[in-house]
Amino acid sequence: MIRILNGEVYDPINGIAGEVRNLYICDGRISSQDAGGRTIDAAGMVVMPGGVDMHCHIAGPKVNTARKLRPEDHRAHEIAKTPLSRSGTFGSVPTTFATGYRYAMMGYTTAFDAAIPPLAARHAHEELNDTPVIDKGFFLLMGNNEFIMERIAAGEKEEVRHFAAWLLQAAKGYAIKLVNPGGVELWKSRSNAHTLDDEVTGFQITPRQIIQSLAEVSEELSLPHPVHIHCNNLGIAGNWETTLETMKALEGRRGHLTHIQFHSYGGNPGESFSSKAAEMAEYVNAHPNLSVDVGQVMFGDTTSLTGDGPLGYMLHQVTGCKWVNVDIENEAGCGITPIEYKEKNSIHATQWAIGLEWFLLVQDPWRVVLTTDHPNGASFTLYPRIIRLLMDREYRKEMMRNVNQKALAQTTLPDLEREYTLNEIAIITRAGPARLLGLQDKGHLGVGACGDVTIYEKNADWEKMFAAPRYVIKDGQVLIEDGHLRGETYGRTFYVSPAYDPAIEGKIRKFFDDYYTVRYENYPVQLEHYLPRPEAIPCRV
Amino acid sequence: MQIEAAICAFCGCLCDDIVLTIESDRIVQAKNACALGKAWYTAHSRPPDLPAARVDGKSVEVEEAIEAAAILLTKARYPILYGLSSTSCEAQRHAVALAEALGGCIDCCTSVCHGPSGMAVQGFGEPTCTLGEVKNRADLVIYWGSNPAESHPRHMSRYAVTSKGRLTPNGRKNRTVVLVDVRSTPSSRFADLLLTVRPGIDFEILWALRALVLGRKVEPAGLAETGITLAQLTHLAELMKNCRYGVLFAGQGLTQSAGNQMNLSAAILLVRDLNQFTKFAIIPMRGHGNVTGVDQVLTWQTGYPFGVNFSRGYPRFNPGEFTMVDVLRRKEADAVLSVASDPAASLPAEAVQRLTEVPLIAIDTHESETTRLARVSFMASTVGIRASGTAYRMDNVPLFLKQALTSIYPSDEEILGRLLERVRELKA
Repeated sequence: MIRILNGEVYDPINGIAGEVRNLYICDGRISSQDAGGRTIDAAGMVVMPGGVDMHCHIAGPKVNTARKLRPEDHRAHEIAKTPLSRSGTFGSVPTTFATGYRYAMMGYTTAFDAAIPPLAARHAHEELNDTPVIDKGFFLLMGNNEFIMERIAAGEKEEVRHFAAWLLQAAKGYAIKLVNPGGVELWKSRSNAHTLDDEVTGFQITPRQIIQSLAEVSEELSLPHPVHIHCNNLGIAGNWETTLETMKALEGRRGHLTHIQFHSYGGNPGESFSSKAAEMAEYVNAHPNLSVDVGQVMFGDTTSLTGDGPLGYMLHQVTGCKWVNVDIENEAGCGITPIEYKEKNSIHATQWAIGLEWFLLVQDPWRVVLTTDHPNGASFTLYPRIIRLLMDREYRKEMMRNVNQKALAQTTLPDLEREYTLNEIAIITRAGPARLLGLQDKGHLGVGACGDVTIYEKNADWEKMFAAPRYVIKDGQVLIEDGHLRGETYGRTFYVSPAYDPAIEGKIRKFFDDYYTVRYENYPVQLEHYLPRPEAIPCRV
Repeated sequence: MQIEAAICAFCGCLCDDIVLTIESDRIVQAKNACALGKAWYTAHSRPPDLPAARVDGKSVEVEEAIEAAAILLTKARYPILYGLSSTSCEAQRHAVALAEALGGCIDCCTSVCHGPSGMAVQGFGEPTCTLGEVKNRADLVIYWGSNPAESHPRHMSRYAVTSKGRLTPNGRKNRTVVLVDVRSTPSSRFADLLLTVRPGIDFEILWALRALVLGRKVEPAGLAETGITLAQLTHLAELMKNCRYGVLFAGQGLTQSAGNQMNLSAAILLVRDLNQFTKFAIIPMRGHGNVTGVDQVLTWQTGYPFGVNFSRGYPRFNPGEFTMVDVLRRKEADAVLSVASDPAASLPAEAVQRLTEVPLIAIDTHESETTRLARVSFMASTVGIRASGTAYRMDNVPLFLKQALTSIYPSDEEILGRLLERVRELKA
């Protein structure tokens, strides 16, 4: 039991914006009753729910391959063991223990990995089990699944739905994720999808059909989180048209467009590169079915790791750096390469500015989420600096002076005077993502919510304030105090369990016999073995 | 009783279509398994014939052996944990925690098999794929320095040569198979093209192939020492460039011969170059059943796949410094814990000499040179037969190995878990 007294509380879901209030936590949950216990005097401090990262890459095969790929990135970024914590290494792709502790140190208590191939779901769960403190889950790659593409081609919509539900259950995943729909399949024959209407060779369908079917399936299954889309043509000049087409293709259905910064480019490949954030934000503002997370780029060395194989190859060709590609049978792919974002590079400066434009131009903070697509745009550890860029106009202007001026001048960023309020920061870092994920007891401090609370000491430097909360409470336990870990705990794994017609199983089994190298029986993840603290989130009825 | 879709954990193929027939707690038949798999199932389903734990050759309670092992390990100043390639990821996770708690080294069989592949990946990356893509797409398969007919007997039928898939409906007929080796082997007869090369000259050949693939001129005289002609090599380069989906399976003939990681680096760069023209992948022929898993576990816990040291309380990586053979040969290690491996039988003599000089603790599923030499030894249940757990196939696909027979000995996971707990108590 904990009492947090006299804090300045930001709880946007419950309409509380900076009121001085008392909070009580009892049996790990927010309670209306003062049941005593440890008292934290939060007078003069800012109190928020624990942060929620809705799109990062922290577990599974491509994350681990990226770790393996970059020993140079770990050197000098080591974390020693303590009596309460395991050791590890950091850099752009930190080890599992380091990841969990670091999220907690930053006041984040929930994170979702955004792209797991179902065949490797077991691997992702194993890593998440070694990721301490935070609650977690992952989105399941379905946009290049050959069974789904075959069923779409056959016009068997119902079977797509039953299969998607079966797959979510088999992998213990949380949401349907599309990555370069159709394009990753095409990359297996060294091609790619460039428009929504390109044919996916061998399947006689198009990316548009994949997007529409799976958006529909997501809605029909009433999944807590809508279809999560990494559009075609990521990173390519002129891709904004593809992104807008994707938004339109949803035809009013709910959809989350992820790392939107990487999909907001005007110009022509090899010739010009510009920002289309303003035009696109206008479209998002006018369409309440859409939400985005930004995928902010920050300057420095990082690792690009993506389920988008052809993108990985393109980046490797641009940078000349070492390169990993993995084609994953019947369902997915992966590309990895180190990348350094440079302030004076006109493309990188434009990308940086586009991310900030998105934050500042989307009017409804509930539909824009703070992410860096960790580690693709930057490490999640830079979230506090991004918060400062959003809250402190003078700081933003100062930072703008360091970047390529010609590139900057072609964006609307120099004209944007908006400063985020603390309440808006609370929305884009916890309340908003929790709501978009459909997590009822996360992202707020109402009675019954998880006892995940972050308490910040005020500081004129917002980056310092958000980088080092004074207290972080997880499920009612004070886990971080003055930057020190005070306890050892492992969080829950969220998954969904939508119903399907078992008649589909025969067809899936046949598909496995024909095309997989793993038997149908050996594919599903054993719940009792791989999810020590499982929590099925109900599908909305 | 029959168990369908059992997984054989002997080699890196992790064939998951084995049908086990069980009578009186013994596996009497392992249908679909290869000769190695059948032998593995037979040998590991024998009833226990050794005490679960021994200290100085005497049978003791497991608890007593845990205590003895924990004391030997905590007293040591530079202990090393080694092996782990034939156990579960769950056991491997405990092993890394134990090495960390001890502030010692941890190394796996990778350092004496495909460690050079790992180092090449760190240098240049790795265009690769899962074995299902080989089955569905590959029309050119190259085994280099590998003899799958003897080392991975079902590799060719299940995955790479005769298997039928989406773009390979006629299996063998849809593929060209190339074998590059220093001599004829039982695998040779499966090849359409056989290139017999001189030992120790793989780097030069791979480098010349790169040049040919990229359209550069290669002087025939430069190939004089390789055992093959420019015409042969040009033909291979053309096959590689013109295939639809090529796969190079890299064996230990590349990693453990002159050149080591340089050979693999050249192979990776060749495959990378080929991706300018077509799709091409490289897959190391990982040997032991879960040697791929230990790389995975070590990497997600420390950032490095083998040869890790915790002396400073955090992980450091340096092959040659923190790897088993080197730590033993330099007489640095003052205690050794071997898990699911037989270093006394497999390492160079100088390294084995050190094993005889220091406290040695062994955990294995059967008696071996190492368990015989060990001061403390534990018998463990075999994962996939008498214990369950996770293993990663050579292409990093994770599978769950189910227990088929009753458990008689504790599992590696359980022994290491208890050892870890006791070491932490002693260190506290």
